[in-house]
Amino acid sequence: MNLSDHPFFVWPFVAGMAFLCIYLPAVYLKWLRKTSARDRKKISAAIFSVKTIRAIREIFSECLLHRRIFRFNPTLGYMHMSLAFGWFLLIVVGKTETMLYTRDGFNPPYLPVFFKYFYPDHIPANFKGLFFLTLMDLLLLFVLSGLTLAIFKRFKSKFLGMKKSTRHILPDRIALTFLWLIFPLRWLAESLTSGVYNAGGFFTLSSGRALASLLPAEQLLLPAWWAYSIALGGFFVALPFSRYMHIFTEAALILLKHWGVKTTQRANGYTDFEIHSCSRCGICANVCQLSADAGINHSQAVYFLRDLRYNRLQPETAENCLFCGRCSAACPVDIQVDDIRLQQRTNRANRCAPAIRRPAAQLPGTPETGGVLYFAGCMTHLTPSVKEAIRTILNRADVKFSILDEAGGICCGRPAMQAGFRQQAESIIQQTTEMILRSEASLLLVSCPICYKVFNEEYQLPIPVKHHSVFFKELAAAKPELFKNSRKRITYHDSCELGRGSGIYEEPRELLRRVAHLVPTAHEREDALCCGGSLANLAISPAQRDLITDTAYEQLIAPAPDYVVTSCPMCKKTFSKGKRDIPVVDIAEALQMALTPEEKPVRVKVGKKAEVLA
Amino acid sequence: MYQHNRYQKGKPQQVAVVGAGVAGLSAALTLKKQGVGVVVFEKDESPGGHLQQWHALFPDREPAAGVLDLLKQEVSEQKISLRTQTEVAAVTPSGDKFRIETSQGEQNEFDAVLLATGFQLFDAARKEEYGYGIYQRVITSAGLEQRLGHGGTGLTVNGRPPHRVAFVHCVGSRDEKVGNHYCSKVCCVTGVKQAITIKEHFPQCEVLNFYMDLRMFGTGYEELYREAQEKWGVMFIRGRVSEASQMYDGTIQLKAEDTLMGRPVRATVDWLVLLVGMEPEKRAQLWARSLGLRTGQAGFFSSPEKFLHPSLTTVNGVFTAGACTGPASIPESVSQGRAAAISVLEFLAKKDEAGK
Amino acid sequence: MKPANDKWGFRAEGSEQINLDKADSSLYRRLLNREPGFAACLFCGSCRATCTSGNEGMNFRLAHLLLQRGETARLKSLTDPCLLCGKCTLVCPRNVNIRAVVYNLKIMLHEPF
Repeated sequence: MNLSDHPFFVWPFVAGMAFLCIYLPAVYLKWLRKTSARDRKKISAAIFSVKTIRAIREIFSECLLHRRIFRFNPTLGYMHMSLAFGWFLLIVVGKTETMLYTRDGFNPPYLPVFFKYFYPDHIPANFKGLFFLTLMDLLLLFVLSGLTLAIFKRFKSKFLGMKKSTRHILPDRIALTFLWLIFPLRWLAESLTSGVYNAGGFFTLSSGRALASLLPAEQLLLPAWWAYSIALGGFFVALPFSRYMHIFTEAALILLKHWGVKTTQRANGYTDFEIHSCSRCGICANVCQLSADAGINHSQAVYFLRDLRYNRLQPETAENCLFCGRCSAACPVDIQVDDIRLQQRTNRANRCAPAIRRPAAQLPGTPETGGVLYFAGCMTHLTPSVKEAIRTILNRADVKFSILDEAGGICCGRPAMQAGFRQQAESIIQQTTEMILRSEASLLLVSCPICYKVFNEEYQLPIPVKHHSVFFKELAAAKPELFKNSRKRITYHDSCELGRGSGIYEEPRELLRRVAHLVPTAHEREDALCCGGSLANLAISPAQRDLITDTAYEQLIAPAPDYVVTSCPMCKKTFSKGKRDIPVVDIAEALQMALTPEEKPVRVKVGKKAEVLA
Repeated sequence: MYQHNRYQKGKPQQVAVVGAGVAGLSAALTLKKQGVGVVVFEKDESPGGHLQQWHALFPDREPAAGVLDLLKQEVSEQKISLRTQTEVAAVTPSGDKFRIETSQGEQNEFDAVLLATGFQLFDAARKEEYGYGIYQRVITSAGLEQRLGHGGTGLTVNGRPPHRVAFVHCVGSRDEKVGNHYCSKVCCVTGVKQAITIKEHFPQCEVLNFYMDLRMFGTGYEELYREAQEKWGVMFIRGRVSEASQMYDGTIQLKAEDTLMGRPVRATVDWLVLLVGMEPEKRAQLWARSLGLRTGQAGFFSSPEKFLHPSLTTVNGVFTAGACTGPASIPESVSQGRAAAISVLEFLAKKDEAGK
Repeated sequence: MKPANDKWGFRAEGSEQINLDKADSSLYRRLLNREPGFAACLFCGSCRATCTSGNEGMNFRLAHLLLQRGETARLKSLTDPCLLCGKCTLVCPRNVNIRAVVYNLKIMLHEPF
């Protein structure tokens, strides 16, 4: 058949594709220009390096194979993979097939797409041709199987491991309709052609013969190809305005990430890449405790990013988040949504809180030069047993220390920062830094993970900062004679800020295994649940918080432990609200309970510290 | 009135009273005097309930031991069957009777059951910010009561009288953070009474009361409050204490807001006394579950006819009295015990009538 | 109608007086709309007592009273020192979401009414 015979139906496809080819580079360029000069410098330095190869590898495994979704749920992974990878293979194999058949590498782009139309009576002369014919049919089946799952998921999401499917907006529905039509129409057009010409692969030929016996195949043939082309073109035009923008943007984001570009304090072009990389797969909403326990279903990462993208973000949506990090940990695209949320909060709130100047910002007591400086933090003042346990253990281990906030009254700055009060937080950080430097201590010990994270990430301290779980793990390893194993059955609660926030999972566990019998729970490490006490959520009601707390507590006591251990005073305080049968203690308290008996006559208490006389 | 001849035919009807506190004993005495057979089950070694741990009673500061002795004397005079160190494990309906199984495995049947299981004191360690169980000089009102005997020697610090003592009101009451939204009623006046007793022992000691509201509802309470101000110079500061910490010398520093002054207040005291509230006894939940008794929001038993028949429960033949129905003072518990006894007698009379 | 005391030719009004007739409770109502549990406050002062900025003039209890009485002039100076540490919310016996109220109040004070 000759190309000029019926060339018009290819135009919807060609126009759609042309639009994409112009629109996408233009918009990506616009975003790139919005990134900082430093970011662009980073990009040009890394573009021809091994980083690009690594990025391509990740693009392959995430954008096409969807490895992370597979890990979340194999059926869901298969659905995403069959659509993405299947379509990708259809393009690649189709192009190869056409090139082999026409012996022309530069055939027009629509030729492989509508190959069957142009060469309907093509019967492969050799094994190679037969192989391609069969392969293309297999790939079509592969994609159609994924599509069936996708349609099924809309109605029965639980089957694919999802509590519910995400809610769509109009551009999504339009694009989705075109997308769902593409492959059934391709199958219809190819089948009808096979039926009319009595030639084709095992699948299309058999279905084509069946169709031809029932329908006027010859008359329907051209309309079917038109419909297929329109579906393709329509999808391409709708793509940049729908969630399917993620298909190409995700690949761009992976490249940028590997080239060293990071989310910044203020929204810029990189944020645009991140926002448009969200496929609204809904995995984030699925792991979100606000949704599971508190009945909040509008502020999850997927909806936040959507509202931000379409310029309809309500401040409350940005504020109603625990910053627990479960969504980012589960996100197949690795979008740092908490950072983007914080950008939005800061945009709104920063000017509403002035910088702080504390006349009383002086170091209480005598600093212990060269010793350990312990910062208890606001929350620890409400859990004095944590502070006292730390004091006891440090005294017992003969560690020279002083307490920075013994008299109370300073804040690390993180709560203000999380609310978007950036300039206020910076002023707090500056003054607290001055105090720490004046102490001339050699190490900053912190018992609150909220403080720990900000000391680690925002303060530029010349001394190491250690969370007490890490410090005591090292202490117990150096002085094992101080502790004995109580054989008590315990479970461990990873606090959000220490676990997902700071990546400290193993040290507390190692320490606890030394002093007690640690049993696992249903949600460990990256998958740990938030206690619900989070300072980051500015919109949740106390009653909704309680629902989250109860669920988290229930799973911690499910293995019937003697007590639950956490390493955050905020988590402890949150869990101790109301009436609880099994107590929640801090890791320092667990350690204090495991101290070996003191040899009595050696020490007397003098002033604030135990001193050795012998 | 109820003591007519129907018992002459055979064995008198039997009533089980669970709990030998003031409410349970008062009820048992009333029942016994009307010719009903009574067995009182008590988990402790001796009768009297919380009264045993109390030094003096508000509002007159009458010695608790005297009241308890009178009660015990009457119990022995009336030859009431008192089963101490016997915990009731289960109460199950059995025909028109109730079977009571004790922790020793003994089983007996009764015509009616009166629950007078009382209350438990709020565990002050749950308000961690007050430091109870962490700092030695943070004590509860119950702990203070025991230190008030023998001229208050239990309060001396290194052999010297205390300089300053502070009371914290509403510990474990009116506090949604510990799940107790209700008022425990008796702590306000207890704080006032204990403050006076400290001043009696140590006139030089400064006594502070930190309160949210002072609820002096009972007869003689307001007068006691006034006496504390006028005669004893007890200082009342309107503000709830938020946290306490221990100083190097063992004294306790507390933080509150003096809300009437509108400024934060900080004070170092020798003793910090937490006026702990009342919670339903844990076993109340047990009864509620096994017998299907209704409890109110706070977990105390509640009557389906709370105005006219406060001792009734949702189970016919099971009655309640005393602090298991909600925070109550001693005179209230006594009245409730006696009132419940009347309800039991009415029930027995009806049952007897029906059985004829 | 003329106020009754006008017939004496003077009014017993001074600058110290809380004038509920002139109170503007619109801001209070907006906040209550956002955080209904806010109304349960007992004015016990726990929030101020535990406050990290309590000595710096932060006073939620007083700010709440002023809001209730419709006086908005001092609100900014009473809430500016807040660092949002959240201790107040943890100690509040009536479970008021104080931190969220202060956050919203700070924002509302900077936005046109």
